[in-house]
Amino acid sequence: MHQTTTAPQITADYLAHTRQKRVMNMILLVVFVALLIGGFSTANARNAGGFWNGLPNVFDFPADVLSEAWERAHLLPGYFVKYLPSLIETVNIAGAATLIGALFAFFAALLATRGLAPAPWLVGPLRRLLDVLRAVPEIVVALVLIFLLGGGPVPAMIAIALHTVGALGKLFSEVNENASLKPVDGLASVGAGWLQRMVLGVVPQVAPNYLSYALLRFEINIRASAILGFVGAGGIGYDLRNTMSWGQGKFDEAAAIFLLLFGTIIIVDQVSSHFRNRLTHGRAYKDKGAIL
Amino acid sequence: MTDLTASTLPAQQVASRSFRRKRMASLAAPVLILAYLTYVFFAFDVAGLGDRINVSNMKTLVADSYSYKTHVARDNRNGEMEIAIEGERKGRYAPGTAPDWVTLGETTRVELGNGHTVELGPEVRYDVPGYGLITATPGSSGVNASLPDGPLPEWINASKNRLAITTDAGRLTITRNRAEVFRYFNGWELFFFTLDSPYHGMSPLELLRSGEYGAIWQDFWTNKMWRHGDVAWALVETVLMAFLGTFGAAMIALPLGFLAAKNFSPLGGLRFAARRLFDFLRGVDGLIWTIVLSRAFGPGPLTGSLAILLTDTGTFGKIFSEALENVDDKQIEGIASTGAAPVQRYRFGVIPQITPVLLSQVLYYLESNTRSATIIGAITGGGIGLLLTQAIITQKDWEEVSYYIVLIILMVIAMDSFSGWLRRKLIAGNEAGH
Repeated sequence: MHQTTTAPQITADYLAHTRQKRVMNMILLVVFVALLIGGFSTANARNAGGFWNGLPNVFDFPADVLSEAWERAHLLPGYFVKYLPSLIETVNIAGAATLIGALFAFFAALLATRGLAPAPWLVGPLRRLLDVLRAVPEIVVALVLIFLLGGGPVPAMIAIALHTVGALGKLFSEVNENASLKPVDGLASVGAGWLQRMVLGVVPQVAPNYLSYALLRFEINIRASAILGFVGAGGIGYDLRNTMSWGQGKFDEAAAIFLLLFGTIIIVDQVSSHFRNRLTHGRAYKDKGAIL
Repeated sequence: MTDLTASTLPAQQVASRSFRRKRMASLAAPVLILAYLTYVFFAFDVAGLGDRINVSNMKTLVADSYSYKTHVARDNRNGEMEIAIEGERKGRYAPGTAPDWVTLGETTRVELGNGHTVELGPEVRYDVPGYGLITATPGSSGVNASLPDGPLPEWINASKNRLAITTDAGRLTITRNRAEVFRYFNGWELFFFTLDSPYHGMSPLELLRSGEYGAIWQDFWTNKMWRHGDVAWALVETVLMAFLGTFGAAMIALPLGFLAAKNFSPLGGLRFAARRLFDFLRGVDGLIWTIVLSRAFGPGPLTGSLAILLTDTGTFGKIFSEALENVDDKQIEGIASTGAAPVQRYRFGVIPQITPVLLSQVLYYLESNTRSATIIGAITGGGIGLLLTQAIITQKDWEEVSYYIVLIILMVIAMDSFSGWLRRKLIAGNEAGH
């Protein structure tokens, strides 16, 4: 068949194909834009205040906060010290949740990777479990746990840890799938048990990626921890809500908390992305020139 | 040369030192983790959790999420009866009507099942199988209870002005002014129709036969107890927030990403400004954006969308500019060698390379933002997040809480599969096309 097609025919076919594709793309684009505009007007109609009415006021609140913070700038260092324990609590919630979540995710991922799992029938159910853990927003678990355990950092920690197990479990098992099975087979041939095969054969291959994902998760969890504080689970988010509710004239403390939170997020992001770069590109990445 | 001999000699030492260091590190890591977790254990007062844990709340939550109770109450001052599901006004039986296990009359008989019967009248009688007859004549002098002889079992709580009996079949509480029976049922009450709907209690087959589909749908949709219409709108609002926020952010971040990419942005100052803007948008974080925006726009889905949009513009800008910096120049040079204008070079040299990366990132965030939209909704007041927090705050509508949780999980899983399907469809299509 193919030998008999002539060059003009190919050109015609090609042009027809491109035209068809272009029409399809146009239709998709129109549908997308219609959805976007329709969605925006729906959201606008269902919002308490309209977009165009609210737009001029967007900067009112930040301006209030900033001007009050500026007026009483000399008080800010004191507030930083005052809210430092809350900030540490927020960071600890994220840190502990990431650690605990990563530990559980480590085992869950090994049990949920085909080829590594000691019980292959467990792979499917375990993956569904990880999916569900990932699907539940932290706030759901946190609010229910606050009802049961009272306020404080523990409900937030458990909620974030559960979500972390789901998220990291999936990423870890994807990393595991790319790991070479040769070391595992080698260890098996000398009679190593399952745990030995995993710790000595798989972990050295995947550890840098695991660490990198866990660090990324830590960044995300700090934000989650601040948000959960806002709905009553301790830490700096809780203080933020309290100071915000004091209203105008008291925004200097809220401003201090804004700054603390902003600074922490930026610092954690920078430090973690530095280490992640080193982990994924190797230690030699920076002084590659020296080696070559 | 001297370097070489000097470094070959102690090679074994170097190796064993590095081994020792590795071994130390692999021992130190678990120790450090353990130390940190111990510190957190005390900092969070986990040991004191046992005292704070609220067991009765837990029981209510679990029981309420799969069962409901119907209150049958008699006002002892005027003899009026009130029967209401969950004791709510929305679930109240009209005066003179009752479920079939309640026989109204001068003395109302309440069948609790398994032979437990309670008679509510001027004298309240509860015949507990295997224990005996409990009677009480509530009045201004107290409840005047008389119990069978013998020690008081622990499921009866009796005092002068109050008598509470909890059995497997239900619960009877008598005070001077009121005698109330709870009977528990499995399931979610009035999920389809409330009592005032003519369709309450009809079987699916009868509903099908009646043919009044419009009215049936209307009664279901406006169910006052479960508010199916409002819940559906809340879900739509949540998905809408995620959709508008994600795609709006992607559309704003794409041109900004070009500005921030080293190989596309000629002006160093502009590049620096774009990057700092991304850092700022991401660093301020969704929580603060939500607070700031809800001051200007009030609660609702628009505020949530804009909060997601702002945060994700920062995230996408960073991801996009990194993707642009990793673009392969050869393809662009190839296009340029055919005499293509700059616009064509971008269209055929750059865009095909980055679309798969960008699309997969954007679609990944669509799913993750569905979860964020739930959380933001809880803070700013919109979507399913608001309904969830409202239901939790009442501390008694746990069946609604479980319903919303199920809906949220289904919504997120649906968005996950949808974005996964779209990703495969679009990216596979693109690869085949080029």
